Amino acid sequence: MKESRKTIRNLAFSVVGMFAFAFLLVPIYDVFCEITGLNGKILGPSALSPESIKEEEKRELLIQFVTHNNEFMPWTFKSEKSQLKITTGVQQRVLFVFENKTSKDMVGQVIPSVSPGRGAEYFHKTECFCFEQQKLLAGERVELPVVFIVDPSIPTEIGSLSLGYTLFDITDQLSEKQIAAL
Amino acid sequence: MSTIVETHEDHGHHGPAKGLTRWLFTTNHKDIGTLYLWFSFLMLFIGGAMAMVVRAELFEPGLQIIQPEFFNQMTTNHGLIMVFGVIMPAFVGLANWMIPMQIGAPDMALPRLNNLSFWLLPMAFTILLSTLFMEPGGPNFGWTFYAPLSTTYAPDTVTFFIFSIHIMGASSILGSINIITTILNMRAPGLTLMKMPLFCWSWLITAYLLIAVMPVLAGTVTMMLMDIHFGTSFFNAAGGGDPILFQHIFWFFGHPEVYIMILPAFGIVSHVISTFSRKPIFGYSSMVYALTSIAILSFVVWAHHMFTVGMPLAGELFFMYSTMLIAIPTGVKVFNWVATMFKGSISFETPMLFAIAFVALFTIGGFSGLMLTIVPADFQYHDTYFVVAHFHYVLVPGSLFGIFAGVYYWIPKWTGNMYDETLGKLHFWLSFISVNLTFFPMHFVGLAGMPRRYPDYALQFADFNAMASVGAFIFGFSQLLLLFIVIKSIRTGKKASSEVWEDAKGRGLEWTLESPPPYHSFTIQPEVK
Repeated sequence: MKESRKTIRNLAFSVVGMFAFAFLLVPIYDVFCEITGLNGKILGPSALSPESIKEEEKRELLIQFVTHNNEFMPWTFKSEKSQLKITTGVQQRVLFVFENKTSKDMVGQVIPSVSPGRGAEYFHKTECFCFEQQKLLAGERVELPVVFIVDPSIPTEIGSLSLGYTLFDITDQLSEKQIAAL
Repeated sequence: MSTIVETHEDHGHHGPAKGLTRWLFTTNHKDIGTLYLWFSFLMLFIGGAMAMVVRAELFEPGLQIIQPEFFNQMTTNHGLIMVFGVIMPAFVGLANWMIPMQIGAPDMALPRLNNLSFWLLPMAFTILLSTLFMEPGGPNFGWTFYAPLSTTYAPDTVTFFIFSIHIMGASSILGSINIITTILNMRAPGLTLMKMPLFCWSWLITAYLLIAVMPVLAGTVTMMLMDIHFGTSFFNAAGGGDPILFQHIFWFFGHPEVYIMILPAFGIVSHVISTFSRKPIFGYSSMVYALTSIAILSFVVWAHHMFTVGMPLAGELFFMYSTMLIAIPTGVKVFNWVATMFKGSISFETPMLFAIAFVALFTIGGFSGLMLTIVPADFQYHDTYFVVAHFHYVLVPGSLFGIFAGVYYWIPKWTGNMYDETLGKLHFWLSFISVNLTFFPMHFVGLAGMPRRYPDYALQFADFNAMASVGAFIFGFSQLLLLFIVIKSIRTGKKASSEVWEDAKGRGLEWTLESPPPYHSFTIQPEVK
C-alpha cells in the first residue's frame, strides 16, 4: 500500500500542476506573441531610441488605418486619413475621431492590431489611446492622436503596414463608481 | 501488497449485495465496469438519436424537420455525448473489468474512488442533458466550444455545460489515478511491465494522457466561467484577451484527447487479432514504444486543428511536420497487426471481424488525417465534411468498432455464456456496410466544398447526403441488435469454458479464471513466469 500511496500523491500533484499550467499558458502565449511578433500584438506605448535609427535605411512606407466598431458599439470612430505615406524613422501623428451620438454616457476601449504580424515589432507608438478606457458623455466628441514611428530596420519586403483598431463597448463591464472616476 | 490479499481473504467468498444498493454502493471492479459499460451504451443511444435527428434534417436540402437553432444543439450535444459519454466511459468500463483480471489482482487499487468516479458521470450528463429542456436551449456552439461563441454569444445555459465538463473531468482524472495506481502497484509477481498485456499498456498510457490534459480542459472552462460571470477577459479582445488563445488551450487538451479515444482500442485489437490468428502479437515491444511515441507526439501537434487561424509560416510548417511524424508509430502498429495475421491460422468470429474492419477503416481515417496535415490542402478541407468524414472514420469504425470487438471478445468471460455468433456476424455486417455508406460519401461532399455544421446545403450535394442519411439510420438501428445480443448472452447461451477461445490460456491471465470469473478476481496472486 505504501507504493500506492506514493503513486497517488505524485499523480495528484501532477493534476494540480497541469491545472495551474493551463492558466500559465495565458502569459506564456502573450510573451511568445510579443517576442515573435505573432498575431500583430503590440503592447502599450513604446519608444524607439534615436541612436538606433540608421539614416541610410530610411525609406517610404504606406501605413493604412482601419477602424472598426465591435458589435453593438454605436459610437462613430474614424481616422482623419485612411492612409498615409510616411518615411520610416520619422515621427508621425494621426488624429482619430470618437463621437458618442447616443443619449447615454458610455465607456469604450480600443484594441490595436498590426498586420502583417511580422511588422508589429517595428511599429512603435509613443502616444496612443489604445488600452485606455475612454469615457464619452452623451453627444460628446473627441479627437485623440496616435504618435508613432516605424523602425527603419523593418524588412524591405514589407511595403505597407495596416494599423487596425477595434472599438469595444465596455460600459456594462464597469461599475458606476469606476465610470464616475474616469 | 500482501495486505490487500489478506483483507480480502478475511471477509472471504461473499457475493455481491442484493438490489439497487449493490449498484449504488459497489466497490467491486466488475460491478463498476458493468455500470460504466451500460452507462455508455445508454449514452450511445441518446447521442445516436441526436445523430439521427441531424441526418434526418440533412436527408434533403432545405429546412424540413427542425430549426437551425435546434440543429446546432443536436450537433453539439451529439459530439459531447459521443466523446465524453460513450467512447471514454466504455473504455473505462473495459479497463475496470479487464485490468485487474489481466494483471492478476483481486480488484482495483482504490475501490471507493472507483465508485465515486463512476457516479459522477450520470450527474454530469443529467446536468448537460437538462439544458436541452431549458428556455434558451442547450449548448449550441459545437463540441469544441470556441470562444467567443461559447462565452459572449452563448445561451445562458452555458454555465450548466461548464459545470458538467468540470464533473466529467473530475471523473476521468479519478479513474485515471486509479488505473495507474493499479497497474503500477498490483501486478502479479513476475509480470514485469514489458510482459504486460497490451490492453493494460494502452490504458496506462491513456491514463497518463488524461492526467496531463483533463486539468487543462478544466482550466479552459474555468477561464470561460470567469469571462462570463466575473468580468475577466481571457478570451475577450475588449479587455486585452485573445479568442485565438482559447483555440490553443482547447487543442492542447483536444489533441491528446483524440488519442485518449483511440489508444485503448489499439490495445483491444492487438489482443483480438493475436487470439484469432493463433499467434502471439508481432513486435510486442515495438507496439509498446509506438504507443509511447504517439502519446508524446500528441502534445506537440495541437495547432494542426487551426491552420487557417492565421499562423506564421514557421508555425504551420512545424505543426505540419510534427503531425506527419505521428504516421510513423501508427504505421508500425498497423503493420504489426497485419504481420500478426500473416500466416496465422485465422478464424473469423465476430470480434475478429470487428478487429479486421478496425485495421482497414482506421487506416482510411488515418490517411485522410494525413491529407489534412498538408497545410496548403488543409485550407481547402478545413471545416468541410471531409473533416467530418475523417474523424468519424477514426472514431466510429475506429474507437467504436474497437469497443465492439472488445465486448464480443470478453462477453463470454463476463457472463459465462457465449453470445449468439449468427446474430453477432449479422450485427457486424450491418454495421460495416452502413458505416461506410454513411461516412464515405462525406469525403466527396467535403472535397466539393460542403461546409460542416449547417442544417442546409447546396442542391448538388443532395444525392450523397441522402446516401449518408440512409446509412446512418441503418447503422443506428443495427445497434439495437447489439443490445439484444448482449441481453441474450447475459440470460442464456452456450456455457463458455474458462479459456473461451481456442488456446487463449497462454494469451492472458483473464483466461485462467472460470467464466464468469469469481466476484473478487484473484484472491491468490498468480505467478507469472
